[in-house]
Amino acid sequence: MKFVDEYRDAKAAHELAECIKAVVTRPWTIMEICGGQTHAIVRFGIDELLPSEITLVHGPGCPVCVTALELIEKAIEIASNPNVIFCSFGDMLRVPGLHHDLLAVKAAGGDVRIVYSPLDALKLATENPDKQVVFFAVGFETTAPANGMAAYQAHRLGIRNFSLLVSHVLVPPAMEAILGSPHNQVQGFLAAGHVCTVMGYHEYEPIAAKYKTPIVVTGFEPLDILQGILMCVTQLEQGRYEVENPYSRVVTREGNIPAQKLLSDVFEVVDRKWRGIGEIKKSGLALRGEYRQYDAELRFGLADRKIEESPECISGLILQGIKKPHDCPAFGTRCTPEHPLGATMVSSEGACTAYYRYRGTTASGRRAG
Amino acid sequence: MTDDKNFALSCPTPLANYEQILLAHGGGGKLMHQLLESVVLPALDNVHLQPRHDASVFVVGNQKLAFTTDSYVVSPLFFAGGDIGTLAVNGTVNDLAMAGARPLYLSLGLILEEGLPVKTLSRVMASIKNTAAEAGVQIITGDTKVVDRGKGDGIFINTAGIGVVEHSLDVAPGSVRPGDAIILSGDIGRHGIAIMAQRAGLQFETTIESDCAPLHTAVQALLAGGIDIHCLRDLTRGGLASALNEVAQQVKLGIHIIETAIAVCDPVRSACELLGLDPLYVANEGRFVAFVPEKDAERALAILEKESVCRASSIIGNTTVEDAGLVLMTSTIGSTRIVDMLSGEQLPRIC
Repeated sequence: MKFVDEYRDAKAAHELAECIKAVVTRPWTIMEICGGQTHAIVRFGIDELLPSEITLVHGPGCPVCVTALELIEKAIEIASNPNVIFCSFGDMLRVPGLHHDLLAVKAAGGDVRIVYSPLDALKLATENPDKQVVFFAVGFETTAPANGMAAYQAHRLGIRNFSLLVSHVLVPPAMEAILGSPHNQVQGFLAAGHVCTVMGYHEYEPIAAKYKTPIVVTGFEPLDILQGILMCVTQLEQGRYEVENPYSRVVTREGNIPAQKLLSDVFEVVDRKWRGIGEIKKSGLALRGEYRQYDAELRFGLADRKIEESPECISGLILQGIKKPHDCPAFGTRCTPEHPLGATMVSSEGACTAYYRYRGTTASGRRAG
Repeated sequence: MTDDKNFALSCPTPLANYEQILLAHGGGGKLMHQLLESVVLPALDNVHLQPRHDASVFVVGNQKLAFTTDSYVVSPLFFAGGDIGTLAVNGTVNDLAMAGARPLYLSLGLILEEGLPVKTLSRVMASIKNTAAEAGVQIITGDTKVVDRGKGDGIFINTAGIGVVEHSLDVAPGSVRPGDAIILSGDIGRHGIAIMAQRAGLQFETTIESDCAPLHTAVQALLAGGIDIHCLRDLTRGGLASALNEVAQQVKLGIHIIETAIAVCDPVRSACELLGLDPLYVANEGRFVAFVPEKDAERALAILEKESVCRASSIIGNTTVEDAGLVLMTSTIGSTRIVDMLSGEQLPRIC
């Protein structure tokens, strides 16, 4: 398949791995931000090609994993309302709340639907004028423009029975939270290519300078990731800390300006809770001004609902790169994709699921049969 | 390891058991297996169910017979490359074929929803008639019921099938041996993507058609060619990954496959990339895997390549003593990973 096979070429992958081996002289810890990158790393076994000096840690860039328990509970409550058609991306349906998940709400009679675009949910609203249609707007800067567009269209067309349960999160504040933590082990970042497609990469330049940490804008295919690692390691070995963009076939420094304009028209930056990490200042988006009327939390009177998570949950440490899935005593025993204890085991992009599915339950590799 | 009581996990409460049936219980993955093992099979336990095969083989007089049943609840009823009628005939024909049987007779149970246009039923019946004729089976008994509006999805169909086993091989998971070659009978993922595209209203440059097809002719050709078939498994709901996992776990052998040997046509690959799906888990209705001794593998492949529904057959791997119960795959870049069984239905990824 064109534009895919070229980036999965075994020979080129091994050549890049050799280049990395030639450059590296001491241990380095690099974090890939995005869950899609984690997925590719374990799906293709990219880390098997790397020299032992390089440790990859898996960052908080999985929207399913970081959506706060509080919002999952709000989603479950709204979806249980018989007057509601609750729409979501597929992955979110299996995220456990306090007692159950959205799939269980569906089994109990709730109208819960998987859609591929928030605009499909908007269409459902026009087709079902006697129902409230709610879309679970999760994700990073990548999914925010489409959700912003749904709110914009709803407003423009006067569709009153549509609303968004917004849990958007932003990458740069999370990177700063990781780098600013006293436990931080991350020495370089592979920035999330799709987020940068929308936002550009200029906003990472102050972070790289402030924390003296290289940031390489990286795609999602094996060669993209190996190239990102090579450039990151080269910077580390040379003592440089710049923002570099080898994913230039998709990403520009400025990003997608019309999408950014839409985001600033529809959303405002707010403090947001991250599951397993806690509140990070100015790390989320919420509907602003005239678009607030499409905020499902306000519409269903849930804005003041607070549910606290205990700081002991290890998925938070995994999301910050402090622990690996194998370090959790429940991994692969009491916590499996069938019965996830935490969100990192739910999403196919979650670090724990990726390890469980592709790697087995022991640090050395394979699961016993 | 910390025991349950001392491990202060404050993450969401463990979901020990769902109290109601989820759609995922029918997805062909781990949840369905758990349901069968914990609720269904304990009530039925007998020797014929032990092999956990697509059809049961038993002896009446001097004749070995194979018997199977399957229900069809597909939505939409009509899709590119087939409809619920073609599925209902071919699915049961294929279950018999996977036991090495020659399918003879089918039953047909129709559950119709009040309000279904008679024209729709006529269309489905015409395709049942044509598919049965093509497969060389007769439908010799049946039943029709109607349920209230809202209690069905247009048409549900159940078919049962009976066939004769005319050889001395025991074509079942229990016959798989270490070192067996695994042959895949064509490219994967067409049926699942055809259905999904129709359901979600997705349009691609080329229409992806379901691979729905009868497989017994290909199996009969292998038998006629003297291939010492150890096991056959058709790839349905859970895709190639689930079929291989089921066999690996049942026979307690490892299975090693090579990603580059598994054919996926470009439109299906594109759709999977777009939707965040793994083609290994996408449904098929006209593909199977054959476990045969290494010495027979090339000859079996040559026989299959002559069959119209198996032209893109390939040897995708082999069974091993090590890594018992696991399916391992050499990825396109040469690394190894586990191919796990899914919990339930494959859910599209967010980004």
